[in-house]
Amino acid sequence: MIGQPISRVDGPAKVTGKAKFAAEFNVPNLTYGVVVTSAIAKGRIVGIDDREALAQPGVRMVMTHKNRPKLARLDLNYKDQDAPAGSPFRPLQDDKIFYSTQPIALVVADTFEMARYAATLVKVAYHEEAHETDLQANLSEAHNPAAGPVNLFKPLPPKPRGNAQQAYMEADKRVSGEFVHQAEHHNPMEMFATTAVYEAPKRGEKPRLTIYDKTQGAPNSQLVVANGLNLPFKNVRVISPFIGGAFGSGLRPQYQLLLASMAALELKQSVRVSLTRDQMFTMGFRPATVQKIALGAQADGTLSSVYHQAIAETSHREDYTETVVNWSGELYKCDNVALDYQLVSLDVYSPQDMRAPGGVTGVSVLEVAMDEMAYEVGMDPLEFRIKNFTSWDQTHDRPYSSKEILACYREGAERFGWARRTPEPRSMRDGNVLVGWGMASGVWMADQIPARAEAVLGVNGKLRVSSATADIGTGTYTIMTQIAAETLGLPIDDVLFRLGDTDMPLAPIQGGSWTAATVGNAVRVVCEDLGKKLLKLAAQMPDSPFKKAKSTDVQFVDSHMRLVGDPSVAISLRDIVALNGGKAVRETSTSIPNMLKQSRYTRYTHSAIFAEVRVDPDLNVVTVSRLVGAVAAGRIINPKTARSQIIGGMVWGLSKALHEESVRDNNVGRFMNHNYAEYHIPVCKDTPDMDVIFVEEHDDVVNPMGIKGLGEIGQVGTPAAIANAIFHATGKRVHDLPITLDKLL
Amino acid sequence: MQTATLPPKTKQTKTDPASAAGLSNANTGLRSFSLNVNGTERTLNLAPWTTLLDALREYMDLTGTKKGCDHGQCGACTVLVNGKRINACLSLAIMHEGNQITTIEGIANQTETGGLHPLQQAFIEHDAFQCGYCTPGQICSAIGMINEGRAKTTDDIKELMSGNLCRCGAYPHIIDAIKTVL
Amino acid sequence: MNPFSYTRPEAVADALNDIGQQPNAKFIGGGTNLIDLMKVNVEHPTHLVDVNHLPLGDITELPDGGLRLGASVTNADTAWHPLVEERYPLLSKTILAGASPQLRNMATNGGNLFQRTRCYYFYDAQMSCNKRQPGSGCPAINGYNRIHAIVGMDKAECQNPNSKTACIATHPSDMCVALAALEAVVRVTGPNGDRSIPMADFHRLPDTDPQRDNTLEPGELVTSIDLPAKGFPKHFTYVKLRDRSSYAFALVSVAVGLEMDDNGTITEARIAMGGVAHKPWRKSEAEQLLIGKPATDETFRAAAESLLDGAVGFGHNTFKIELGKRAIVRALQEAIS
Ligand SMILES: Cc1cc2nc3c(=O)[nH]c(=O)nc-3n(C[C@H](O)[C@H](O)[C@H](O)COP(=O)(O)OP(=O)(O)OC[C@H]3O[C@@H](n4cnc5c(N)ncnc54)[C@H](O)[C@@H]3O)c2cc1C
Ligand code: SF4
Ligand code: FES
Ligand code: FES
Repeated sequence: MIGQPISRVDGPAKVTGKAKFAAEFNVPNLTYGVVVTSAIAKGRIVGIDDREALAQPGVRMVMTHKNRPKLARLDLNYKDQDAPAGSPFRPLQDDKIFYSTQPIALVVADTFEMARYAATLVKVAYHEEAHETDLQANLSEAHNPAAGPVNLFKPLPPKPRGNAQQAYMEADKRVSGEFVHQAEHHNPMEMFATTAVYEAPKRGEKPRLTIYDKTQGAPNSQLVVANGLNLPFKNVRVISPFIGGAFGSGLRPQYQLLLASMAALELKQSVRVSLTRDQMFTMGFRPATVQKIALGAQADGTLSSVYHQAIAETSHREDYTETVVNWSGELYKCDNVALDYQLVSLDVYSPQDMRAPGGVTGVSVLEVAMDEMAYEVGMDPLEFRIKNFTSWDQTHDRPYSSKEILACYREGAERFGWARRTPEPRSMRDGNVLVGWGMASGVWMADQIPARAEAVLGVNGKLRVSSATADIGTGTYTIMTQIAAETLGLPIDDVLFRLGDTDMPLAPIQGGSWTAATVGNAVRVVCEDLGKKLLKLAAQMPDSPFKKAKSTDVQFVDSHMRLVGDPSVAISLRDIVALNGGKAVRETSTSIPNMLKQSRYTRYTHSAIFAEVRVDPDLNVVTVSRLVGAVAAGRIINPKTARSQIIGGMVWGLSKALHEESVRDNNVGRFMNHNYAEYHIPVCKDTPDMDVIFVEEHDDVVNPMGIKGLGEIGQVGTPAAIANAIFHATGKRVHDLPITLDKLL
Repeated sequence: MQTATLPPKTKQTKTDPASAAGLSNANTGLRSFSLNVNGTERTLNLAPWTTLLDALREYMDLTGTKKGCDHGQCGACTVLVNGKRINACLSLAIMHEGNQITTIEGIANQTETGGLHPLQQAFIEHDAFQCGYCTPGQICSAIGMINEGRAKTTDDIKELMSGNLCRCGAYPHIIDAIKTVL
Repeated sequence: MNPFSYTRPEAVADALNDIGQQPNAKFIGGGTNLIDLMKVNVEHPTHLVDVNHLPLGDITELPDGGLRLGASVTNADTAWHPLVEERYPLLSKTILAGASPQLRNMATNGGNLFQRTRCYYFYDAQMSCNKRQPGSGCPAINGYNRIHAIVGMDKAECQNPNSKTACIATHPSDMCVALAALEAVVRVTGPNGDRSIPMADFHRLPDTDPQRDNTLEPGELVTSIDLPAKGFPKHFTYVKLRDRSSYAFALVSVAVGLEMDDNGTITEARIAMGGVAHKPWRKSEAEQLLIGKPATDETFRAAAESLLDGAVGFGHNTFKIELGKRAIVRALQEAIS
């Protein structure tokens, strides 16, 4: 079962429209909230005239900072699982405006149509103050980031090793450059929405809310609603069975969650708040960065010095951090490394983790510089990387638990046909069209953290497993079903895996590519524990052949428990449950990583991405015609959904390389291309031929199942591979992403 | 706490917002009209400023048709009107009186067995989605494209399916799935 | 979207009557631009008159060899009409380069003429904008102007950051670029009777009243777009450069129609550009430079220089000047081959 390319178990629901997303739970007497946002970037609200809005028929309320229900005061009450150091934003807190498009009112009406109209009638007067939103103009204001608990998973730069500056001066070959990446917004297809269903309180109790939320962790939403609105946890149930993409945007509760919950409590009625596509640009984003890199190498291609600095934007409220530069001291062997990461606080919303946060930002710079250095030392870019390969993580002074990147290079190059590349820029053509081949390495973390799961074997012999995790399209439903089916020897159809409900056992937010490992191991553990219970039951039968069997003496296959020593001695799972007095057999377990073992190794996934581009020599239109991704990510549970993950990641990489940027007009302090027509992501026509290879990789350190996770690794190396291919095609190095055609003129 | 002092209302007892907004035209306010969706004629009492997409999702509980932008920029809301694919978000429900509307909920039922449409099956087999949010629009759009009869090559498919964004980047598999039924 | 009333007339006279009843009434075709702008609070009609049931839904041949495109025929049906494909392949190609299949199935020929600029500030009702709110200023000039105009604006006004009339918006339509090259004629009817407006006079430059995109009078209805007999089916092309390969508006685009004699000499030339001005951009001087000339890159570049003579950039859009010229050369190269 594990390793089989089975089709998604939630596929039929998704292709028939039956899968329900947060804004699709239609409940009786539902009201609709529409958000009003700030026209200015900084200052105060001095007046809100809601009379005309309230005069519209069916308008229930215009909720502002003046009339909102009571909110908890302390920052601590709004700390979600992904909160950086600082003071989290909460909507309608007071009259202060922190950023352009900040939510400042919620108009609630009986119909969506009327709420939308009435929202246009709310008039707001401001006291405006000068704002500052320009990263590049404020680099001198950069400061060292404040650290918070999340930095456990997103480490800040290590201390320098060796003497990077001296080694750079002494190097035979040097390359250096400055790179600017624009901000990006996650823009999942499904816009953020919350349907808050109100349940009147029983005497002497507080009301209850059942909340359908778009989130990458139902428990994370519950945390903020319960703490922020001072409700007991048991009174807040958050449900999120399907999520229309999130890419990190759902790692922190978005403001519509608190708005809908507050409005429901205030109106004592159910409320739905859906954001508009424009409003998808009023929340967290991948921060813009200005990066500097300097590499030194010996004439033979030995890397001797790495300096990498990143300066990123953040808000005045929080020091959002991501791991941008650390990779540059880890991926290759180098004795002299200095890394630096700083922030500039601006009048903007806090940035937020976006697919491969930090990794795709920093590695895109390192890998372009590596390409430049390969040309400088006169080596093939692939050979240059192989020469500087290391299986020892010098930063942490420990080995990698596994690092099959050499196999990625080899198999990727083979599939791509890299050997036929002529190194000279502009040397490959197809008719008039310039052809370029480029490659880059990728790296990402392979974490596992604790999680819980429940398994229930029903009297019908079918297994139900659940955990309050999420499936943002990653295939969680499917691979958990596979893991459970394999562990208890059941056919896929006899296993039902459920997720996304705070009534289920706790799991962490779905991010950082850790869900497969984290929840996968919890599912395996709970199924094993359930198996032990079943063995106990079977052992209690009169004359049971399992009487003396230990758990290692039995195996679960074909819906039966069998003795390993004599597989003909078997009992069906259904018959075992029947011994339980007509009741299902249930078990809840927690999987805890073996931290001691893990701490002795660096645990990463790796990849090699190969790209072919075609560039019109006069008009500079770039087409990516081929992408090959070779990935070393431990054990692959389902090659079919795994391939989709990697393809999706590579499309994201292509998008970052050529298309995506949220452009802020610093005069007004606002992202101006705030829609899907002007914020460009690839369309079907932009799709290259794509190929994915999973190289063999065994790793029993990362976690007992050897799973590494695939959410980010497809993306990390792709922008640099494409940028390098564009150089190879045109002879032009463009350091700023995205590489739009004007930058090649 | 300022709230409107109107009594709570259900959707059936709404007053006429347009006339309250000072419009005197006899044609303002709720209009009763019928829509034929997936072969069923349904009478609706809706304000003219209700889009076809919101009519489906909020008033007919047909939430299979998705809202990805509400501005014609993504294709998630694609439905078939008289066999032609359109964006339901930029169309008013009232403009479709007399038309045959097919949504994702009606695609499966069109087959003789009432089972999945071959394209739906192909989407599952080729894993032509991840989050699945763009999927109903992709499927309706592909059926519309097949009806148009213009897509002959892979490049044609790519161009003629470019009105449907997929943020998960499932395009290669979407193309594969469509090819199997073309 | 504000409340409005709606009628669906079946006769042109009724449509004109309906539109005249209310000061802020509008026609609705496919709705792909109007509903979009109503949702962002830029347009607020109080009454909509649906043109889709008027007898304007046909494509018919004209006695002079031309073709009449009914105002409510969809863009898709127009592009794929056999007579259009055969005689006006430039128009087909251009329409198919725009929007998406779904939008083309909705958009009408009449509506396409009226689509408004995609300027980011025009679309954001919280920003000032001389086109949307006359006199409020033009933040695009010193702001983000990647998709903005390089020709046809009042340059002096555009240097003044506080100008109450400056506007550097572009007309976003692809179809209109081909219609300009083909010298189509827009037929309208209204309270003061019928008239015919040549494409060149239909859209206007911002001048001192950028709020007006075109020369239609209130209450007038477009009934058809008439194509003259000359369709350039042999030597034509449409080059559209954009930020992704489909479903994106043009950064710059070029429609070319040529007639050539057997020696390869150009005898008639039309060049129209999109994405560079407040209207499809043509200049007879530029076209004249091609007449009687051999089809060489030098000739093409000279025409390009002439068509974009005096172009100015505002920062983000400055690249359009050189890119536009190269696109013209490329379009002419493609058209002759
Ligand atoms: C996401 C997106 C991408 C797009 N991309 C492109 C592109 O790449 N290239 C391109 O060219 N276009 C593009 N478009 C624009 C599209 O082509 C236009 O929206 C469409 O042509 C407008 O036609 P319609 O019938 O829908 O107009 P409507 O929205 O119905 O009407 C537009 C205006 O025209 C008026 N009107 C309509 N019919 C008449 C008539 N007969 N007489 C008088 N007035 C009338 C209306 O009152 C209204 O003011 C895009 C649109 C969207 C939403
Ligand atoms: S360019 Fe024109 S449409 Fe855009 S902001 Fe300036 S005045 Fe408005
Ligand atoms: S929701 Fe209609 S096109 Fe995006
Ligand atoms: S599958 Fe998620 S957007 Fe297409």
